[in-house]
Amino acid sequence: MISAERLTRRSEPYVFAAIVLLSILIQVRSGQFFSGNNLVDLARSLIVPALFSIGCMMVIVSGGIDVSFTAIASLAMYVTDRMLLASNYSGSVLLAYAISAGLGLLMGALNGFLIGFMKLPTLVVTLGTSSLFTGLMFGAFSASASDVPPAIARHGKDILFTATNPQTQLTSNMPVQILILIGILILVFFLLRYTMLGRGIYAIGGDEAAAERAGFNVRWIKMFLYCFVGVLAGITGIARISMMAYADPSTMLGMELTVIAAVVLGGTRVTGGLGTLTGTILGVALMTILSNSLILIGVPTYWTRVFTGAVIIIGTGVTARQITATRRRRAQAQKTSA
Amino acid sequence: MATSVLKVEGIAKSFGGVQALKGVSLEIGQGEIHCLAGENGSGKSTLIKVISGVHEPDAGTIEINGKRFSHLSPIEAIKLGIQVIYQDFSVFPNLSVMENLALNMELMGNRKFMNYKRARAIASNAVAQIGFEVDLDERVENLSVADRQLIAISRALLQEAKIIIMDEPTSALTKKEVKALFAVIKQLQARGLSILFVSHKLDEVFEISERYTILRSGENVANGRTVDLDRKTFVYHMTGRQFEDERYEAPSAAGSPVLSVKGLSLSGAYSDISFDLAPGEILGITGLLGSGRTELVETLFGILKPDSGSIAIKGKKAEIANVKDAIKHGIGYVPADRLTEGLFQPQAIRRNLVISVLDQLSSRLGFLRTRAIAETTKKWIQDLSIATKNPELPVKTLSGGNQQKVVLARWLANNLSILMLNGPTMGVDIGSKYDIHALMRKLASGGLAIIIVSDDLPEVLACASRILVMRDGAFIQELDPSATTESTLSELSTGIA
Repeated sequence: MISAERLTRRSEPYVFAAIVLLSILIQVRSGQFFSGNNLVDLARSLIVPALFSIGCMMVIVSGGIDVSFTAIASLAMYVTDRMLLASNYSGSVLLAYAISAGLGLLMGALNGFLIGFMKLPTLVVTLGTSSLFTGLMFGAFSASASDVPPAIARHGKDILFTATNPQTQLTSNMPVQILILIGILILVFFLLRYTMLGRGIYAIGGDEAAAERAGFNVRWIKMFLYCFVGVLAGITGIARISMMAYADPSTMLGMELTVIAAVVLGGTRVTGGLGTLTGTILGVALMTILSNSLILIGVPTYWTRVFTGAVIIIGTGVTARQITATRRRRAQAQKTSA
Repeated sequence: MATSVLKVEGIAKSFGGVQALKGVSLEIGQGEIHCLAGENGSGKSTLIKVISGVHEPDAGTIEINGKRFSHLSPIEAIKLGIQVIYQDFSVFPNLSVMENLALNMELMGNRKFMNYKRARAIASNAVAQIGFEVDLDERVENLSVADRQLIAISRALLQEAKIIIMDEPTSALTKKEVKALFAVIKQLQARGLSILFVSHKLDEVFEISERYTILRSGENVANGRTVDLDRKTFVYHMTGRQFEDERYEAPSAAGSPVLSVKGLSLSGAYSDISFDLAPGEILGITGLLGSGRTELVETLFGILKPDSGSIAIKGKKAEIANVKDAIKHGIGYVPADRLTEGLFQPQAIRRNLVISVLDQLSSRLGFLRTRAIAETTKKWIQDLSIATKNPELPVKTLSGGNQQKVVLARWLANNLSILMLNGPTMGVDIGSKYDIHALMRKLASGGLAIIIVSDDLPEVLACASRILVMRDGAFIQELDPSATTESTLSELSTGIA
């Protein structure tokens, strides 16, 4: 059981409270927030950043940082898209996911090799590979917005249900891609909590030397981690273009910073070791609500960015304060034992 | 000696051309507490890492329970019963006590999945072994240093440890915690475990170990039974230098006091403190942590404000409201952990030496007078015998002891009349320690009044011309070091006969 005192030290409750307050505020002012179509719209816009945030959180927990996942997703989906178009493929979308995930795996493996085996700093490596992958995409493949093959187009029209707003008659479709998100959340929850591999990711983020001494295979855990992030990115790329119905090579570029911010906002410790899926999804949800729903109460788009920025600063500020509070508690524990 | 459980022979290891170990041997018997001693850079840590499988040796053999290996992997070493308790305890600060205790076990058992029920059982079993009471769900980063060490020890016991290697286990502990740790070590010994205790602290080696091995510059210099070892030989082996036991006597015509303190009190720290300090004296203030010793010198340096009492400098009542006042009165203070922290490590020794007196060494227009700087530098290097070939070399090229001389020189350059040092040689090699002691005596005989605050009793005896024992915020006795032994001093400061 988590005691109440321990709960207040975590950031999830605060992010949750912020979401509740914000939702109520928007609901009261516009009456539109809790309408079916708005909620479905939110869920729809949440899918891609949430998929990215899962891998991003895992990397930050391990003590690293990854800024290349959007580049991986873009290149993987773009190459897959062009391959399927060129071969006039008309089968299932699963192949698209498989190819894109495979390409993501290869690119993730490059990150994993450089970080795990060559022991290069994660930020430097992923900045480099990010630039490399983006450059390849626009250079070698002269990428520009392209059609999607029939498999992906059909997949984009697969919907679970449609929500209609009785007042405005606006409808929103819940895409099947939400199931991918749910599936991956379940998988990663299990991985992080109930496998030694998952505990190893936390252990490395806590103290890498200690993890090595304890018998964790640090290199291969890192290799796995970046490969996994690559696969996730590949899948996310296909999910994205299927929902947009065309393959825009630059549609995801630049999202990485917002995703990292959402992850940190969700209570993931920037220096590694701490982070939860609940917090991460809450962080992404808050950011999505800010960028999607403020418009309902008439906040112009550029002001939305101001709010987003403010929330990031306040949110990460709270996390930073908690770290100092932890240090103080430790110092006190030291004093009383002396 | 009992049958040996660990025997390493001719271990050599070099890192990029630097020979860290040059054919080192070490043998530990069953149920033996063995001390591995040596100064920083002697190769102790490298040897531990070879034994625990972290480094692969270039040459030599490792024999464990009669089995010979040319090298081990960390997992093999653990399976053979070798457990290292590192200085940082190798714990995961972000994980719970429970996971910290159970993870290693589960990894050794090649478990792929985490079972929290089983982990809890393992953890409670682990802490029960040494009677350690702790909340298993607490994050380790919220625990004290001593508790983290106990976690590391309980964890080592879980994995059927036969040899526990403790790397400088006492460096971050208080005296009381060290006592508790030694009790645990004895308890482990009683179970037949062998302990390799790595330390450079003389007292601990004598107190706890039965046999010893001393390394210097990557080579064996001595080994044997601790009972056959005396302080002097130990120091000689550690440093390769002979030191005479020194005492310091203040010049007899000490003159009028440079500092007199009357009835100084600070509630919660100390009360009714009075003493005089004359030029040429070295006053040693000793007492336990929390006896008020640090608060007292911090008051004299203007960091704390006393509730009542008076301070006079050179016979005149002095108002020391802040650090600036103290410096103006010619008082210098070097806190315990700050001795080398104030140095600009990559910068030249010369620059470090003159930084506090640059205004005296510059022309009226604010340009530096290079010749004056060169002269001042030369003077201090000579006066304090700082061992360097060239003052243009960065400070980091100096040994710890010489770096500390640079810090001292900086204070001394400010026309100091009273120098206060808190734990002047804490965490310093024995060789450098002797050098610093000699320097303090030299400075005092040159007319400086010095106060040292230290719980290192041999240090107090070797340097002070007068000792004040502090307990519970009061001076309980004044002693003449030439007529005092370490044990009387210890009894007085702890109040335990």
